[in-house]
Amino acid sequence: MAGVSFSFAALLERPDIWRGGSLSRAGTPAVPSGFSRLDAELPGGGWPAGALTEILPAHEGIGELRLLGSALAALSNRGLWLAWIAPPHLPYAPALAAAEIDIGKIVIVRTATAKQTLWATEQALVSNACGAVLVWPRSVKYADLRRLQIAAEGGRAPAFLFRSPEAAGESSPAPLRIALGTAAGGLAVRVLKRRGAPLARSILLPAMPPAVRGNRHVDRHSSAAAAARDFPARLVHA
Amino acid sequence: MAVSAALALAPQLRIAPRDPAAETEALLGVAGWAAQFTPGVALEFPDCALLEISGSLKLFGGLEPLLERLRLGLREMGWSAALAVAPTPRAAYWLALAGKGEFFGSMAELEPALAALPVEIFCRNDETLAALEAIGVRTLGELRALPREGVARRFGQGLLDEIDRGLGRLPDPRIFFVPPARFRATIELPAEITQAEALLFAARRLIVQLVGFLAARSSGVQRLVLRLGHRNRAAIEIAIGLVAPSRDAEHFTLLLRERLSGLALAEPVRELGLQADDMVPLAGNNLGLLLEQGKPPGDWGHLIERLRARLGAEAVRGIAGRAEHRPERAGAIADLGVKQMQLDFGERPFWLLDRPKPLAEIDAVPHHDGRLELLVGPERIESGWWDGDEVARDYFVARTQNEALVWIYRERRGEGGWYLHGVFA
Repeated sequence: MAGVSFSFAALLERPDIWRGGSLSRAGTPAVPSGFSRLDAELPGGGWPAGALTEILPAHEGIGELRLLGSALAALSNRGLWLAWIAPPHLPYAPALAAAEIDIGKIVIVRTATAKQTLWATEQALVSNACGAVLVWPRSVKYADLRRLQIAAEGGRAPAFLFRSPEAAGESSPAPLRIALGTAAGGLAVRVLKRRGAPLARSILLPAMPPAVRGNRHVDRHSSAAAAARDFPARLVHA
Repeated sequence: MAVSAALALAPQLRIAPRDPAAETEALLGVAGWAAQFTPGVALEFPDCALLEISGSLKLFGGLEPLLERLRLGLREMGWSAALAVAPTPRAAYWLALAGKGEFFGSMAELEPALAALPVEIFCRNDETLAALEAIGVRTLGELRALPREGVARRFGQGLLDEIDRGLGRLPDPRIFFVPPARFRATIELPAEITQAEALLFAARRLIVQLVGFLAARSSGVQRLVLRLGHRNRAAIEIAIGLVAPSRDAEHFTLLLRERLSGLALAEPVRELGLQADDMVPLAGNNLGLLLEQGKPPGDWGHLIERLRARLGAEAVRGIAGRAEHRPERAGAIADLGVKQMQLDFGERPFWLLDRPKPLAEIDAVPHHDGRLELLVGPERIESGWWDGDEVARDYFVARTQNEALVWIYRERRGEGGWYLHGVFA
């Protein structure tokens, strides 16, 4: 048997060996968001697993993905897949990697019609094969949402639906609905709906990108050089 | 009786010529499927498969559950079958031929039942049959009552040996059936099918047969090919690829349904074939000792296959990062499951636009939904002079009037101008 390397670890990976120590995880019903101030106000202490969470950012770019970054990183690093369905732009790998999200665990599903979007979301939820499902539906009706909520139930994945702020006025079967705005340089989270008592006040979260937080001015040296290249100095902020 | 006489008696009778080749192929197909229950499958042509099940009873939970699975599978494949169980293969064959779906575990139980068997079951020689009838012997029991030397002299030792084998007095060795290395099965459709969805019903039979075949070999497949045979045109082949090897009948059916839905058939299909070539070892699933709360975790590969089957392979991709200064090349759509790279860039936005969007410059200030306030920058990126895709830009993080954060740049080549490249979502 000289020259044959035997890997015990590989032996244990075989599918026909059952290991008594591997107990099935009871499964937390919520995924912590990474913001303690927010988790304190969410039933279960985090994003609800097996349920829809609607996120209604006042504008694109307010911080709707930064809000989820910590949870997505935790899920992907546990080896779970993240499904992004009908995203409005390309999820940018360097940014995701910087947020410690495992980009090898991301699947992007690009759909041509609203119906395909809903179908793909339903499939992803029913299969219970993902750690989280993120979807940007173009137009959803109450009945569609209800169907997605049913598809999500019993599963382990939180499902995040990004909708426009006008949808806040519509009724929805999603157990958690959050509107996002900004205030005082941070992310203002308004919980529109949650299981249990309603929340009146907004929660302020520090969710600025590090560069903006720490260095809130344009680099002076470069601006001087740039001014020489026809770059007006009055654009520089102190 | 003549065909005309038969039709006169029953005008709605359907006549079809016997096709021995098809019968053999069908029997081999059933044997290949049945091999999942026992390695000891023997064939008794033209239409019998013998399964040695004493070693399988415990695994399948007893005789009744095993027989139920056999009945269910045969029904799903579209066969009607007579099942019988006996201590010897020959006796089991006779009982099944006689249509007696009876199950005998021991010789003591078997002998009385065999006694009632008509002689036609085990004797195929017409002369012998006529002679037996002439002396008034109609059943096996009556034949055994006759003195052995007399029977041997008049009808030949062969008849006695046959009976002895059935009763377990003489050995009856069988050559066990070895399933072929590749799976090939065809069904001729009873009527021509014009709608692709209707093919699924017939395809289901082939799928059940394939899954049994795979179970017998503890294997899975990653590629199936469905063949649609037409009358005049050449056959069409539909290939279905899987992310991971599988032998899940439901999963195959689902994939096939997605593929067939929306498929327009140029000509009616009269024949359906399924083939699978590359088998891959695939052990069964271990059940956890404790039950999972809620739904069990689903199969990721199956989900991807389902999505791709309906939306197209291009619609389901992953992303990859590259060590590239040019931002549009540092992250891109790629194959699924790329290994994580160590990337170390400055502040980067979660969204990158497919194409940088030109921004209006009013009073020397870039505008996007109003004035943009430059917060961080410039980050100068100059790269790509070596492959003709040169980039020279000053990147800034800017805030819009709506308090959103965006990634913009000032083009430093040519006419310059401001562009929006990403959104810090």
